[in-house]
Amino acid sequence: MDFFLQLLVNGICVGLLYGISAMGFVMIFKSSSVLNFAHGELLALGAFFFLALITSAKLPIAVAFFVTLIGCFMLGFLIEKFFLRPLIGEKLIFVIMLTVGLAAMFKGFILLIWGGNLHTYPTFLSESMSLTFGPIYIAPVYTATMVISVVFLVIFGLFFKKSSQGIYMRSVADNQKAALSLGVRVRRVFAISWGIAALVASMSGIVLGIMNGVNVHDLSSIGLKVFPVVILGGLDSIGGAIIGGIIIGLLETFTGGYLSPSLRDVVPYIVLVFILLVKPYGLFGLVEIERV
Amino acid sequence: MRKFSFHPCGNYHESYREELSIFETDFGRACLLLFLIVLFVVVPVFASPYSMYILNTIGIMAIAAIGLNILVGYTGQISLGHGAFFGVGAYAAAILATRLGVSFLVVIPAAGIITAAVGMIFGLPSGRLKGLYLTIATLAGQFIIEYVLIQWDSLTMGTMGIVLPAPKILQWTISGNQAFFFLIFISLILMTLFAVNIMRTKYGRAFIAIRDNDRAAEGMGIPIFKYKLFSFGISSFYAGFAGALWAYYMVSITTEPFNLGLSVEFIAMVIIGGMGNIPGAIFGATFITLLNELLRYFTVMLMNIDFIISWGLNMAPLKEFVFGLAIVMFILLEPRGLAELWRIIRSSFKLWPFSY
Repeated sequence: MDFFLQLLVNGICVGLLYGISAMGFVMIFKSSSVLNFAHGELLALGAFFFLALITSAKLPIAVAFFVTLIGCFMLGFLIEKFFLRPLIGEKLIFVIMLTVGLAAMFKGFILLIWGGNLHTYPTFLSESMSLTFGPIYIAPVYTATMVISVVFLVIFGLFFKKSSQGIYMRSVADNQKAALSLGVRVRRVFAISWGIAALVASMSGIVLGIMNGVNVHDLSSIGLKVFPVVILGGLDSIGGAIIGGIIIGLLETFTGGYLSPSLRDVVPYIVLVFILLVKPYGLFGLVEIERV
Repeated sequence: MRKFSFHPCGNYHESYREELSIFETDFGRACLLLFLIVLFVVVPVFASPYSMYILNTIGIMAIAAIGLNILVGYTGQISLGHGAFFGVGAYAAAILATRLGVSFLVVIPAAGIITAAVGMIFGLPSGRLKGLYLTIATLAGQFIIEYVLIQWDSLTMGTMGIVLPAPKILQWTISGNQAFFFLIFISLILMTLFAVNIMRTKYGRAFIAIRDNDRAAEGMGIPIFKYKLFSFGISSFYAGFAGALWAYYMVSITTEPFNLGLSVEFIAMVIIGGMGNIPGAIFGATFITLLNELLRYFTVMLMNIDFIISWGLNMAPLKEFVFGLAIVMFILLEPRGLAELWRIIRSSFKLWPFSY
């Protein structure tokens, strides 16, 4: 029973991480319907940028964190401006392959500068943040993850509900042409949503880095694991991304704990195929009925 | 009327039959013939073993790229699982040849057919899904096949790999670059002919109709699901065929090469070569293979330069960076690929030498 509970808690924590990794992905898809294959590399860029700031530039943690967030916002902004804007209205395969090409470029860039080894951050989360319920122990990282994901969910919820920029984004996601004719600056919305997505990605990259160490290959493979998560939750639902993340995280840890560790990594994709066949728009996705 | 002009100055077709012809002029036919003669007579005599190896790799990759082009370029369905399908072909060939001792001439098409069956299974979601949902489904297929190849130890020997016997046709044992060159390029020509001709039949026209507008195609009475599956089947057949050739050429195979990276390379070949263009797939395979070899050469060269060693830089990832850059640049600058560049070069000779 203890084993079960520990797996349950671990699963939820891993799932939350997947969830916040997926949030940036959903953000891009929601506003510009681009399937971003470079998401894992964006996570890694954020994590490495933060690493460089605290180890080489020796900035205080909080400053480094904010500089990273701002830097990644700019990066997302620039990616949209230079690479994705020329492709608006082009065929899907070009957009997908462009992000695949960007992924290879970023990965090569990171490997060139930091190499493929495992780096670790100096520990800065105090042990007092850990929680213990009887036999179950929750590490400080997980507590921090939970806090961060809840905070970001609330911030994004408010952003999309209340702020005018958030409402523009929703209107663009809903109907691009109508939004354009009502005076929404669609280009700026795209650029800002890429910026925010890169910002969220860098933040989740940092959290993942604190937990597992910073390694390009691990982080970019998480970028691919985002797909089952977002399909399960619904490609355009931010809350769905968190819930999908938790379900996939639980599924992984339980398969790893009870069935076989090697099956762990492939289970999400097997589930993915079934979801696509049965309920392609996921749990909370917007259903566009079209028979082909 | 026989035409021996360099390149037609305009569209002079008088019947639908002419529109469907493969070569616009006899000049093109003659050029291709000349090229093939040079390829089969001159090249094997003068090429060094290393360049023969590169040529053979190009030939194998081109077969797979042509197959993927039928699916991506003509039917408009995106598959991110072709690296795995290539692997299925390689393993099917290895298992048939070592466990069952089947003759080489049977193994290659059989591997193609097995892969076609696997490809059609993973093409099943195309019945309900399209666009990016289908892309994600094939991505899942890639991971699932990779997992099965690694974990099904009793059949695939897992990470140990399988060593294949040398292929034999009657009494003639094929070994060495030269012999494989003829095998691979004759297969490539046959597969190209098949692909070019299937696009001129009702099947090819149905594929193009589905690509251009699936709902209109359905309305015109094309059973979409059947044709999509068929397209997945043909395309995986090509991948499996190429994979089987590759397995024989490499002699021993492991699960390692058949990863997502290979799938991405295949799609890059199709895009860089030119979507919906059969010679384009061959151009793309040539481009990517040469790019890989050149980059490998340069990174090794750079790593021997003293001051780079003293910086402690590892130049190997430069390869990945440039590969990504090539894809991005082609998509942004010439999305119709090398085939389009080739067409532009040819048509600039249209009125040569009196262009005005």
